[in-house]
Amino acid sequence: MTGYILKRLLSAIPVLLGITVIVFLIMALIPGDPATAILGSYATPENVEKLNRDLGLDKTLVQQYFIWLGNMAQGDFGTSFALNRPVLDEVLERFNATLVLAGTAFVLCSLLGILAGVISAANQYGWADRAITFVVLLGISIPSFFLGMMMILFFAVNLRLFPVSGMWPIYGARDLSALISHLTMPALALAVVATGVIARLSRSAMLEVLRQDFIRTARAKGVHERGVIWRHALKAAMVSIIPVLGIQAGFVLSGAVYIEIVFQWPGVGRMLVDAILKRDILLVQGGVVFVAACYVLFNIMVDVAQSLLDPRIKT
Amino acid sequence: MRAFFILLARNRLALAGGVVLALVVTLALVTPLLPLANPDVTDTSNRFRPIFSEGALLGTDHLGRDLLSRLLWGTRLSLAVGFAAAIFAASIGAAIGIIAGFYGGRTDNVIMRGVDMLMAFPYILLALAIVAALGPGLFNALIAVSAVNVPFFARNIRGITVGIAHKEFVDAARLAGLSNTRIILSEILPNVVPVIVIAMSTTIGWMILETAGLSFLGLGSQPPQADLGSMLGEARSALITNPHTSVVPGVMILVIVMSINLLGDGVRDALDPRLKSGALTRPMAATLVDRQGPVPEPTGKGLLEVQGLKTEFHVKDRIYRAVGGVDLHVEKGECLGIIGESGSGKSVTALSLMGLVASPPGVITAGAAHYDGEDLIGAPYPRLRDMRGRNVAYIFQDPLATLHPLYRVGDQLIEAIRAHRPISRAEGRAKAVELLEAVRIPNPEQRVSDYPHEMSGGMRQRIGIAMALANDPDIIIADEPTTALDVTVQAQVLTILDDLRRSRGLAIVFITHDFGVVAQLCDRVAVMYAGRIVEEGTTAEILDFPRHPYTARLMACVPELGGGKRRLEAIPGLPPVVDRLPPGCAFAERCLKARPDCRKGEIPLEPLGRRRIRCLYPEDESREVAQ
Repeated sequence: MTGYILKRLLSAIPVLLGITVIVFLIMALIPGDPATAILGSYATPENVEKLNRDLGLDKTLVQQYFIWLGNMAQGDFGTSFALNRPVLDEVLERFNATLVLAGTAFVLCSLLGILAGVISAANQYGWADRAITFVVLLGISIPSFFLGMMMILFFAVNLRLFPVSGMWPIYGARDLSALISHLTMPALALAVVATGVIARLSRSAMLEVLRQDFIRTARAKGVHERGVIWRHALKAAMVSIIPVLGIQAGFVLSGAVYIEIVFQWPGVGRMLVDAILKRDILLVQGGVVFVAACYVLFNIMVDVAQSLLDPRIKT
Repeated sequence: MRAFFILLARNRLALAGGVVLALVVTLALVTPLLPLANPDVTDTSNRFRPIFSEGALLGTDHLGRDLLSRLLWGTRLSLAVGFAAAIFAASIGAAIGIIAGFYGGRTDNVIMRGVDMLMAFPYILLALAIVAALGPGLFNALIAVSAVNVPFFARNIRGITVGIAHKEFVDAARLAGLSNTRIILSEILPNVVPVIVIAMSTTIGWMILETAGLSFLGLGSQPPQADLGSMLGEARSALITNPHTSVVPGVMILVIVMSINLLGDGVRDALDPRLKSGALTRPMAATLVDRQGPVPEPTGKGLLEVQGLKTEFHVKDRIYRAVGGVDLHVEKGECLGIIGESGSGKSVTALSLMGLVASPPGVITAGAAHYDGEDLIGAPYPRLRDMRGRNVAYIFQDPLATLHPLYRVGDQLIEAIRAHRPISRAEGRAKAVELLEAVRIPNPEQRVSDYPHEMSGGMRQRIGIAMALANDPDIIIADEPTTALDVTVQAQVLTILDDLRRSRGLAIVFITHDFGVVAQLCDRVAVMYAGRIVEEGTTAEILDFPRHPYTARLMACVPELGGGKRRLEAIPGLPPVVDRLPPGCAFAERCLKARPDCRKGEIPLEPLGRRRIRCLYPEDESREVAQ
């Protein structure tokens, strides 16, 4: 197993390098002169030239890439000019908040999605299936930011069940209950779309599995229908559900952008949007590379989980 | 194509989605012609007027602009951008996919590695990075959204192209000297277009959502121009005081995306052959029983007595009568063989007994199966479940598919016991080892923790037998348990079954198409054809003198070791389709001796000597003897 994890980690290296190349190339597309963008249009040509030299922009693209890569490898992601703070510090701090939000949403969407999909499949064409199918369709069609706004309106403003926004109370203790009350709405709003996608896929994966011969064997043994559905069918269906969980994790992680804006959540997505609007390029670069790298590592965990579930995968 | 539209229209949800979408698109198209207020004229004295105000049907926004007008113009913009992004992504993605799939080799490798890299990004993050580079703006948002969707199309289309690129017609075009470009345009492209359309129909909703999202973040359309996303973004600051300005554009996005999704699902379902054939319906816990007419009373013959069993498959408006009135019985310690060609209904007969026929489409429409005086067919599900495995156990063909691939064989054995009585894990394990010993698996202590894929076919089959023995049943129904095995393993499995029958007094119903197996194991044999028994009697009698022409022909197909130059006679023709059975004898079409009255009326299964036979002109015993 350790060997398998090592192998997967090694195979992630080219992917991570590819990610840095893509991010670097996209940023190299930027029209105009970053120094001018930083210093404003009233900057003197000397200042612009000096800043260009300081930023290493007078070198060739290839040189620039390797310098950037080398610095990142040493933990130096550069300095955000807008915040005047090391990019990595800012990203790490913001990423914590995103991880709390996206992690909760991911757990929610996995559990609810699989539950809904299994119930739907087990009662195919019954009323529960119809109801779930309709709710799921609604869920994958509603923009998460609109849903978030409506939740604020209904649950926070009208019913006063939850705080309107933010991660922590402005006054008062920063304890778990405060976090949960702030987290509930944004995590739900973020989870809805992914829940729908996972529910749909789980339903069809279950239907596929329920027709297989080993299900008939389980029934012939006299296993309870509950056991047939939850032990036999679901376990086999997980083989095709798990990769989709990996993909949906990416959607949840990056879809957090909208939710962080709507709920004023101090996460990395909101940071990125601000940085884009302020054209704080190093912060955008560093943030995107960091989040993408985390996602690659998460996908390795997904692969490991898959190999634990399915003994037929050679580890 | 017409069939496709009929199917699509029959799907009411898809139809509703299509109608709503058509309505929205029409509205968006005629917006410039409608008598609407200018969407960009501000009137700060008339800010935030509510819905249904005088002169502003949907009210006004924070700058006093008419919301209805802005909604329609915004919808127009959102739809245009969404569709444009879908078309961009689809055409670029398809081009990349076709090139990679068609040229293959290194081209393919390089392109697909690049695509994989792009797919390693969390989706929206990549779009953000692109907008960050290009700067905010609706056109840049469009580029970003199409760019992040390109890999999806490229990968799908490549897969299809690889399949097509090696087809004969492409080879023919190559041999005809057509250039690669010509081949791609005239041979490949027409074949991938449908796939592109389906992929588009399922992603276009996403693209509209994503562009709206970027606009919502302020990275898409810039004021005063507004699509639905930026309307929502601008309204957010007044969410609590004037929610209607948020609700109006938000609901519109929901309506558009939902109608597209409904339509897209309909398109996909209409094109999916598995849905049409019902291959994606879930079989219920027990076969549906819908018996017409009286239920036969048991006559007390045998441990298990099957009377007039009819099992049908109802697919759409056709009825396939797989089992058309079967009578059987088996005594304690006896082995009954059921033999017949594929599709003769022998497996369905066996599965019907414990309600294991997949349903839908299976329905048991008549008959009874009395086990020790109790009717299994009419038994309620909890009773049936309780008897499955405990009183009547099954052994299936192809144990690779019939064992759960993700559980250890030991656990599957223990589960079989636990389904009927609670035992501790240690006790269960000991019992599992004991069962493996009973079916002569070497090293049972180790093998008990194997997964099915780690065993050989013969070993897996023995696991299947061990599982059937787990609860000491009275009857074992073996559905072609030796068909997937090679001859030596087959012989071992048969020996095990025969020993168990003798030592435990098991009744065995053995389904097979192999006369050799019948000769080795069975006391009596029933020959099935087109869902009915055509001849039944003791094995010795039937094998020595088959009286039904079908049995005789079936046996003539069996090669005999040392049988000299006897010709192997294949039976001409095919068994009849069981949804349109001819009147009279079902075998008449293929029978050399058929006479006109063979094709009329109902031919009963009648006693003839010590056997029963369903034939008007049975083979003459004296003649057989003479031969």
